[in-house]
Amino acid sequence: MISQPVHQGRLKSPFYSRLEKLDTVNEWHEWKGYSSANSLYCENTEYFAIRNATGVFDLSPMTKYRITGPDALDYLNRLVTRDMAKVGSGRVAYAVWCDDKGQVIDDGTIFHLRKGEYRLCSQERHYAWLTAAAIGFDVNIAHETEDVAALAVQGPTSYSVLKNMGLKGLEELKPFGLTHLDFHGAELMISRTGFTADLGYELWIDPDKAGALWDALFAAGELHGIRAIGTHALELARIEAGFLAAYEEFLPADETVRTGRSRSPFELGLDWLVDFKKPNFNGRRALADEKRKGSTWRLVKLDIEGNKTAHHSYIFSKAKANKEHIGFITSAVWSPICKQNIALGTVRTPYGKPGDSVWVEIFYQREMHWNRDMAKATVVDKPFWFPPRRGATPPAPY
Amino acid sequence: MTEKYDAIVVGAGHNGLVCSALLAKAGKRVLVLEANEQVGGAAVTREFADGYSVSACAHLLYQLQPEVLKDLKLPPRLVSGNMTTIALAETGKHVRLSDKTVEGVSGKDAESYREFRKRMTRFADLLRKYLNKAPPRLGTKDVKDIITLGQLGFDIRRLGRKEMREFLRLIGMNIHDELDERFDSPLLKGAVSLDAVLGTHLGPRSPNTIMTYLYRLAGNHGRVGIPRGGMGSVSNELAQAARGAGVTIRTRMPVKRIIVENGRATGVETEDGERFDSYTIISNADPKRTVMDMVGAKHVETGFTRRIHHLRSKGNAAKVHLALDGLPAIKGLSKKDFAERMVIAPDEHYVERAFNPAKYGESSPNPVVEMTFPSFRDETLAPTGKHVLSAVVQYAPYELKAGWNDSARQVFMQAVIKTIAKYAPDIEQRITASELLTPADIEREFHITGGHWHHGELTLDQFLFVRPVSGAAQYRMPLDGLYLCGAGAHPGGGVSGAAGRNAARAILSREKAA
Repeated sequence: MISQPVHQGRLKSPFYSRLEKLDTVNEWHEWKGYSSANSLYCENTEYFAIRNATGVFDLSPMTKYRITGPDALDYLNRLVTRDMAKVGSGRVAYAVWCDDKGQVIDDGTIFHLRKGEYRLCSQERHYAWLTAAAIGFDVNIAHETEDVAALAVQGPTSYSVLKNMGLKGLEELKPFGLTHLDFHGAELMISRTGFTADLGYELWIDPDKAGALWDALFAAGELHGIRAIGTHALELARIEAGFLAAYEEFLPADETVRTGRSRSPFELGLDWLVDFKKPNFNGRRALADEKRKGSTWRLVKLDIEGNKTAHHSYIFSKAKANKEHIGFITSAVWSPICKQNIALGTVRTPYGKPGDSVWVEIFYQREMHWNRDMAKATVVDKPFWFPPRRGATPPAPY
Repeated sequence: MTEKYDAIVVGAGHNGLVCSALLAKAGKRVLVLEANEQVGGAAVTREFADGYSVSACAHLLYQLQPEVLKDLKLPPRLVSGNMTTIALAETGKHVRLSDKTVEGVSGKDAESYREFRKRMTRFADLLRKYLNKAPPRLGTKDVKDIITLGQLGFDIRRLGRKEMREFLRLIGMNIHDELDERFDSPLLKGAVSLDAVLGTHLGPRSPNTIMTYLYRLAGNHGRVGIPRGGMGSVSNELAQAARGAGVTIRTRMPVKRIIVENGRATGVETEDGERFDSYTIISNADPKRTVMDMVGAKHVETGFTRRIHHLRSKGNAAKVHLALDGLPAIKGLSKKDFAERMVIAPDEHYVERAFNPAKYGESSPNPVVEMTFPSFRDETLAPTGKHVLSAVVQYAPYELKAGWNDSARQVFMQAVIKTIAKYAPDIEQRITASELLTPADIEREFHITGGHWHHGELTLDQFLFVRPVSGAAQYRMPLDGLYLCGAGAHPGGGVSGAAGRNAARAILSREKAA
């Protein structure tokens, strides 16, 4: 037997050498075995790079699987709740996948790279589930997280930065589209996707070319305010966009122990992703049942009065908190760009319909002492931040 | 032009026949499609050598449920057999076991055996009640589930404090420990061990071999019979009952796939491309073949597919048929003893040692043997004066490491003959023809994945609420219109008809509820 070296400690992303140079605060956390920066110099500056210029986030630790083979489409169509037949080659789809009970295992993006060739990306690892789902299908599932380096390039000037880099054809690339370009003899895949609800792209390349790509990108972006960003800034943008995160808005169903702690797509506001026209997909029977009987939970986007962030707060239907709570906040933040106190939360139905008012119990500390506020909050329908520039094709040259 | 039936049964195994007959009796228009030329599945009689016939797979009747016969108005004589089991000793000092007593052992062992059988029969009776019911599901709010579960709990409690404890202690235990505590006679321990592991991939020291023993007793208190005309005659009677009730049975019609349209089963397609439509498709095939091959993973969900895929269903019992030009001489046996059932399992360690190689994909050099001379009672099976030996031999693993090639077959066949020859030294000279059916052959000839006669190992994790797998234990598969009625469903294998009857009842009661 040939012994293979086993990684000890945390893995370093292909962009680590570049990030390390920019890093001043030395704040890292672990993301699926990799070191990932919380922040590199200043969370707020990094956040404003996303909203006002270009923020670059190292996406390499994102879990990636390559799905190929004659049954790839059939396989994916049973795996996820939406109809993948409608996602043509060169398109990307946001998708959610469930267990047999219709409970969400994770959400992620599926890239239809070339005809019949897909990449599935998610925050969590799912090799066991994906291989179980492959039983009976002529399909190949390859874990390629380490084989692909990826960057999120997000913000109003991102298009100009990439154009300045000499990349061609991006003016035609629509949201959720992808294209293959050449970079120093290697294939560079660019998709118009992101986690910020702003104009933005994601760049995917062979790890050997990662350093060169970073350098070219930052050289091209110098006059467009390009900045590397960490997870905290991205998280802020994520909540403004109203996107879900595993372990925040839901727990992967296969990780829950107690009954009732998982969520269905309906309970996460993902009704639009569930296509009952498909005769079969994992969870279909249970979800059809839930549709008939009604769901237990509802995900809410809340616009909260005041400026105190509602971290982990209980939600009540009345201002008087002596009644039982109806749910709790899962993600909360003061949105600098919207100038709003915003949050995502989970409440029991029938509460939390768009336009409803609920009350949020906020505890906050002032000079050691704790105070409590009951803040009124309105359930909103739309994402907090969703600028027209996100969808403009061709994008404006900021 | 396709014909429309109220129900289509895939496979005319004995369970499929029972199920179809009961549905037809309830007024349904039923079609049964059988791949082979004969009906009966693994319960058939066929000629294996010129003039010699034998029950090709199952050869002893000990589980046929009186309820099945009653519902089909068949004569109860089919379950009236009560053969003695002779545990062969090389010395000729054999041990004879009947359903209540044992001879040829010490007085202490004989008394102990009576007690043992009494208790085992009581426990088996408890089990028996539930063989003829759809198992309750756990964790549902369904009234029927809750009542049946409550009843099961009550029935266990009603055994009395002491016996309930014994039941709960024994049900997961291995048979070896229990036998070792009770008995001295190695031959007695060997024979009971063999009964506990027949047809399974288990040795006497494997967990839950008391459960498999109880399952064997649950059928008919452990009374064993040989049907006249071989097992095929039972199937033929069932088929006749089915036809009498209006069932259409078509043989040589292998079903290639179960057609699924818009998320429900709507018919079947045969290998020849012929199509038959029905909104109720009942598979008598094993769960793996049904779900993975006939339906296809695409039409069911991942969790279910995974459970079916991991179902343990690799057989370990082979069938050996010998055409003999006369009865062999066995020391210490009189001629009339050839009407009985004989076993070769000289002690309980012998059985475990026979199992050892099977764990590693090898066949037993010293196999355990259950044999009968069916032609002794039934002259239709062999030419006058000649005889047939029908034996179940273990262990012959389905996935033999070397593969079941000619030489591997020969090695195993030689081991079997050598083993029998220890007791019947002239056996080899008497053989005029022989046949060996390994689990791989059984898979091919009877279309049972893994060649396992229970369609899935009979162990606690694949029993009752979770047979074949959790979420599919009530005959209804998680695909609208698809049902299971074979040994893979509750209660399991053996020629019992219980699965077929329970499935028919589940289908009819569901219809009533709708």
